[in-house]
Amino acid sequence: MSNVTFKFDGVDYVGQAGDSLATALLRNGVLHFTDSTYRDRPRGIMSLWVDEPNALVNVDSGAGEPMVPATTVEITEGLVARSLAGIGDLPDTRDISRYDRAYRHADVLVVGAGLAGLTEAKKYADKGKTVIIMDDQPEVGGHAKQCGEVIPPELLASLALENVTHLQRTTVIGTYDQGYAVAVERRTDHVSSKVSTDVARIRTWHVRAKHTVLATGAFQRPLVFANNDRPGIMLSHTAATYVERGVSKFKTAVVVTVDNQGYTDAIRLHKSGVRVLAIIDIRKKLSKASSKSARKPAEKLGIRILKGATALDTNGNLEGILSSVVVTDPKSGLNETISTDLLAISGGWTPTVHLATYIGIKPTWSNKRAAFIVRSKVKSISTVGMLAGDFVGLEPAVYFGPELDETQALVAFVDHQRDATLRDLRRAVGAGMVSIEHVKRYTAIGTAHDQGKTSGTLTMGLIGNLVGLAPDEIGSLTFRPPYIAVPFAALAGRERGLHTEPIRTTSIHPWHVAAGAPMEDVGQWKRPWFFPKPGEDLHAAVLRECRAARNGVAVMDASTLGKIDIQGKDAGEFLDQIYTNMFSTLKVGMSRYGLMCGVDGMVFDDGVTTRLGENHWLMTTTTGGAAKVMDWLEEWLQTEWPHLEVFCTSVTEQIATVAIVGPKSRDLLAMLSPGLDVSKEGFAFMENKYADVAGIPARIARISFSGELAYEINVSAWYGLELWNKVMELGAPLDVTPYGTESLHVLRAEKGFVIVGQETDGTQTPDDLGMDWIVSKKKDFIGKRSFSRSDTSRPDRHQLVGLLPDTSEYVIPEGAYFSEEQHKGAKPPIPHIGYVTSSYFSGELNRSFAMALVHNGRARIGERVAIGTETAVITEPIFVDKENVRRDG
Amino acid sequence: MLNIPCPYCGPRDETEFHYGAGANIFYPEPASATDEEWSKFVFIRENPKGWHAERWVHSAGCRRWFNVWRNTITHEFGPTYKPFTDQPKRPA
Repeated sequence: MSNVTFKFDGVDYVGQAGDSLATALLRNGVLHFTDSTYRDRPRGIMSLWVDEPNALVNVDSGAGEPMVPATTVEITEGLVARSLAGIGDLPDTRDISRYDRAYRHADVLVVGAGLAGLTEAKKYADKGKTVIIMDDQPEVGGHAKQCGEVIPPELLASLALENVTHLQRTTVIGTYDQGYAVAVERRTDHVSSKVSTDVARIRTWHVRAKHTVLATGAFQRPLVFANNDRPGIMLSHTAATYVERGVSKFKTAVVVTVDNQGYTDAIRLHKSGVRVLAIIDIRKKLSKASSKSARKPAEKLGIRILKGATALDTNGNLEGILSSVVVTDPKSGLNETISTDLLAISGGWTPTVHLATYIGIKPTWSNKRAAFIVRSKVKSISTVGMLAGDFVGLEPAVYFGPELDETQALVAFVDHQRDATLRDLRRAVGAGMVSIEHVKRYTAIGTAHDQGKTSGTLTMGLIGNLVGLAPDEIGSLTFRPPYIAVPFAALAGRERGLHTEPIRTTSIHPWHVAAGAPMEDVGQWKRPWFFPKPGEDLHAAVLRECRAARNGVAVMDASTLGKIDIQGKDAGEFLDQIYTNMFSTLKVGMSRYGLMCGVDGMVFDDGVTTRLGENHWLMTTTTGGAAKVMDWLEEWLQTEWPHLEVFCTSVTEQIATVAIVGPKSRDLLAMLSPGLDVSKEGFAFMENKYADVAGIPARIARISFSGELAYEINVSAWYGLELWNKVMELGAPLDVTPYGTESLHVLRAEKGFVIVGQETDGTQTPDDLGMDWIVSKKKDFIGKRSFSRSDTSRPDRHQLVGLLPDTSEYVIPEGAYFSEEQHKGAKPPIPHIGYVTSSYFSGELNRSFAMALVHNGRARIGERVAIGTETAVITEPIFVDKENVRRDG
Repeated sequence: MLNIPCPYCGPRDETEFHYGAGANIFYPEPASATDEEWSKFVFIRENPKGWHAERWVHSAGCRRWFNVWRNTITHEFGPTYKPFTDQPKRPA
């Protein structure tokens, strides 16, 4: 064994390669490890593995880890760690380690490489099945290996078969439906304390297996007596294992046990040179088999055995470390205090049922085993080993701790991490709680880092004692993934930073970036928010951009609008069903604005659809709604009207759209496309024309989302940037002004145009938005029938109106609720009558304005409302050019 | 994560699909549907414990809708069937 130096709490220590931090510290004589979170009580290492409730550390070397049990940290040269009192802290530097992910299918997944798991793995491997066997510990062999048993070589040999994938240090953190499991494999922390950038530090495995074998074993359980939390008190299997690993701190030991495990461990301690002063066996009588296999061998070694006795209390030295244990037997009147370095507890075994409960398999209580065990009835999942109740020769008593008075109960710990005691349980029961789910929330038992691994069964047993019920009558243990704490980085894998989510950009995007436009996220799209000139803020830029659109010419990249190419002889009939207004009568070459509703009659999406040919249409959708609309169309075509000959194809990415907007847009278009008739008569509103624009083949549509004269020039996305550059170049004499999403919003709101998703939240009918004019009375369409439902047709629904604040600079926050004017400045609660959906400052109006949904709003036009101490007047939701004269230029 | 048997592509992870609620909910003739019939179509869905015939769409695959029996307790999948075909028997 080679030596390894590491630092703990600022002190340098030497351990042996392969030691856990817990082993190395115990070997160095560290007993008092930390103080408890709430009660400040001295605590030491209690267990061997992830069930450790006390010895939590912060690892500061390498990638750093905020809160891990010292029992699971393998020491490496240069490791730096410090003890925690319940609260960890994240490193303040960016984790540059690599994390990745693997996906695998298998015939069989075996969780746990103890004897039971290995046996199962071999069985399936020998049949030629593909097997993945995962085990969370550093070494294969589980409990048997820890106890020094020889693992049959043929079991180990099967791990090397070609059809077997064997992973240690790999914790299955979640099991899900149909054989799905997620595991984390720790790959570098045991090798080096340095950050690993070339090899993934943690690999997250996603496995889909036809059959899953759970061989997750069990954790030993403590007992609840007074002062059961001192350093020097350990689980017996833990204590024996540490001593066997060379921990020499303990000269004497007392073992308190409910089963034969206590005898096994007492003998292990004895053989490792610890003087075992007594075995305190809760059980008065033993079966013949147990007497022979457990008690006799211990007696032969001269170990004193106290039958039917129990540990009641402990005493400590000045530091609080264990010095003696108080042993009682009320029946015989025994009351003896035994001085000892170590108190080893064998309180029975708690099978690791977590992975089984995640997939809905309920553990059942076995009185014979004093444990919740899992026998799977699901065909694709089997349970083996201790999890399935394979408790050969342990013969435990159902016992969780002695009778204690109130003072003793106050220091009898059930959940060490939460400092929750028997007294807390009594109070919970006293307050009327019995169910484990209630008690858990009242006492916080089972909610700390170890998630009840040591305290779950104890709690149920102790409550059972208090109310006279069996542990399984208290409720059932519910666990949720992940089984251990997992760094977010491991789950994220390589999907960090720029790779967190796909980013969609238009072909014109590089120009926006070069122009210094801040971006707004619209779904996955990056859209320019505004185009500031030097020294301009958002407000100044938007005023300038809107002025250009209203008085000159402005230009916008509209390529992100969703576009769906719809073809087929029945497309017109189909669109009549999809949109509230008529499309089948639209002339070829014309566009029409349409509104879509769900079957509930609520507005779902909107956009302009163009008839490109007799049987060929191009639908546009909102930027964020494209995929949803596509699914919607397919749903109706496939599941209701398969007789319709209609084909839908997403072409959003194929077309770049540049909108030129404003009274001078006609002049600009004439410059860009000299042969084109751009006159008011020659190019009508909602008309489409094909022409070369700046030498690029284009479809030009005269449509407007600002109320101004405007054209949308559509070209192949390959030419988007070229077109934009030409527009900027040729438009320079007209001072063509690029504008972003903020000005887009102001311009459309001034004109009273709604944005689906801003003015709507899925509970507005067209009529609520004042758009009854777009709802056909002649034909049916999806959702129409819902308009005559009593709730949708009542006259006093929330309706879209405008708001003009009395303070003309005051821009009401979007989302603000408001009340009738009489409540101005009043203290809440105040009955509200509506809320603001859009709110801006308008350069055109030289004042602020807003759109809002107001209860019975149209009947309230002219009334005043109060927004806190401000007031505003309700108006029609249209502020600029009510007569629609500006769209013709 | 469910493993959903797409009748066109074979078994795929749940993340490739969207759920479409119960199958065999027929679109009533809107003009002649009573308020009760219509509201039943719009709002009322079965929520059985056990086998449930439901619709799924393989959005990130073939984009096609299909029906399938699924057990809401065990999450086991039964037979799938395409729209406008006869519903297979409820699995035992």
